[in-house]
Amino acid sequence: MKALWLELKEKRVSYLFVAPFLLVFALFVVVPIAVAIGLSFTYFNMIEPPRWVGWSNYLALFLEDDVFLIAVKNTLLFAVITGPLSYALCFVFAWLINELKPRIRAVLTLLFYAPSISANAFMIWTVLFSGDAYGYINGILLYWGIIDKPVQWLVDPRWMMPIVIVVVLWMSLGVSFLTFIAGLQGIDSIYYEAGAIDGVRNRWQELWYITLPMMKHHLMFGAIISITNSFAAADQLQALTGTAPTDWATWTIVQHINDYGYVRYEMGYASAMAVLLFITMLLVQRLVQRLLRRIG
Amino acid sequence: MRLKISNRRIARSTAGDVAILIFLGLGAVYMALPMFYAICQAFKPLNELFIFPPQFLPRHPTMSNFSDLFLLMAQSWVPVSRYLFNSLFIVGAGSAGNVILGSLCAYALAKHDFKGRNLINNLILFSLMFAGSVLVIPRYLIISYLGWINTYTALVVPAWGATLGVFLMRNFITHMVHDSLLEAARIDGASEWYIHWRIVMPIVKPAWLTLIILNFQQLWGDQGGMFIYSEELKPLPYALNQIIGGGVGRAGVAAAVSVLLMAVPITVFVINQAKIVQTMGTSGITGE
Repeated sequence: MKALWLELKEKRVSYLFVAPFLLVFALFVVVPIAVAIGLSFTYFNMIEPPRWVGWSNYLALFLEDDVFLIAVKNTLLFAVITGPLSYALCFVFAWLINELKPRIRAVLTLLFYAPSISANAFMIWTVLFSGDAYGYINGILLYWGIIDKPVQWLVDPRWMMPIVIVVVLWMSLGVSFLTFIAGLQGIDSIYYEAGAIDGVRNRWQELWYITLPMMKHHLMFGAIISITNSFAAADQLQALTGTAPTDWATWTIVQHINDYGYVRYEMGYASAMAVLLFITMLLVQRLVQRLLRRIG
Repeated sequence: MRLKISNRRIARSTAGDVAILIFLGLGAVYMALPMFYAICQAFKPLNELFIFPPQFLPRHPTMSNFSDLFLLMAQSWVPVSRYLFNSLFIVGAGSAGNVILGSLCAYALAKHDFKGRNLINNLILFSLMFAGSVLVIPRYLIISYLGWINTYTALVVPAWGATLGVFLMRNFITHMVHDSLLEAARIDGASEWYIHWRIVMPIVKPAWLTLIILNFQQLWGDQGGMFIYSEELKPLPYALNQIIGGGVGRAGVAAAVSVLLMAVPITVFVINQAKIVQTMGTSGITGE
């Protein structure tokens, strides 16, 4: 106890420097995790005080809530497809762009990164995939005679998920992409020259034996960001296919959480879902990090 | 950090070059066409938005969508300047707090040695592994318990606790600020406070520009949602969405709106692109 006090006194500048940030961090990250876990065992509607219900929220999720099970299936499917694909796209495009001249590289970086920062720009896809003949895709396909009546792209469950995936991938070249661009630029050309002397023959060998190992730390960071994003999709899906999509074809866990939390005020039930999603994300992160350690 | 292009000596097969160019070309088309189409839509007169077959480029480009938008905005009950102020204030105060609190914390984590440092580093890394969207319910409860609902605070203060920026900044300070410089300043009698603001912060300018763009990404599109219900406190995207909600006749105006909304963060990024890329270069995670 005394040692701790001495440490606090001696290093007080350091502690004062980290304190303000940590206070906000604790209030909006650490405490919420604890609150979510606690509430998940209660019935709470924000009017009456929370009432302890044990595991019944969790049981109800799996036994009584069919929509939740659909949401689980969609979330996993969505994450399994968009997570690795967006990660691969981020890396491949960054790698290809890196070979170009600086000016073209800057322009292409902007071009690829722009969709992820431009707020509501993805809404243009609702115009492209609009269900009437004035939608661009329908218009072109009708004009070419490939289809004879407009396709309800965002209402027909066969098309909803694929289109949503295309759109989310389109806006997923964000932080990870920039990280890879920067990481590639930071690799000293000496390594490539040394590699050439040591018998690296083509660009694929160069990629596998030099670039990827040199990028290991960036790849790890990018993976964390990509996984986190792939499980969190909600807003874009809702904007594209509506608040009650046909057959719940694009309904994800985060949308279900928001629905129960903000619309029905069943905070305990919504928290149980959040806790499950939270645990799932962490497990997947661990798994992927194990895999990535083997690169190079 | 070296930013020169590597002039490699390895033979590159032409077939590979062609394949790569084609792939890159397809990627560029996928990324750029929707954005370009969005811009084209904004300059089409209303009758061109509803013709069959749809045209990609505007035949008679017009600014009328933009002038209609300003006309509509001028008629709105709350002046548009107010919505714009709200948005800029939320992004500005959110970024400023995140940069100030985050950089102080990042500096201590990067250059000071104290008990609990590793714990904090691990907590920050841990927080990057799950999406904030699993915490929306408890965050809402905390904010409403604090009585922040329907104030700017509800959107601004949580942004101060964003960990991605601190993570990037800590790495950047570790790599870019040399200990010898700090030692020299300490010998000259400079306080840590002085060192942070006068020595560290100027060196890590690229990092805080990156934090600003990350905050833009988070906050610019925010419509206030559950947190803000007073009309005069709502941010710009909310107001613009209300205008779009006016039906088919507003399709042209809606296109103008989305162009205006995307122009702001893109401009901020373009101005700072080189610095932001430099910051991301130090973002790697060193395994334990």
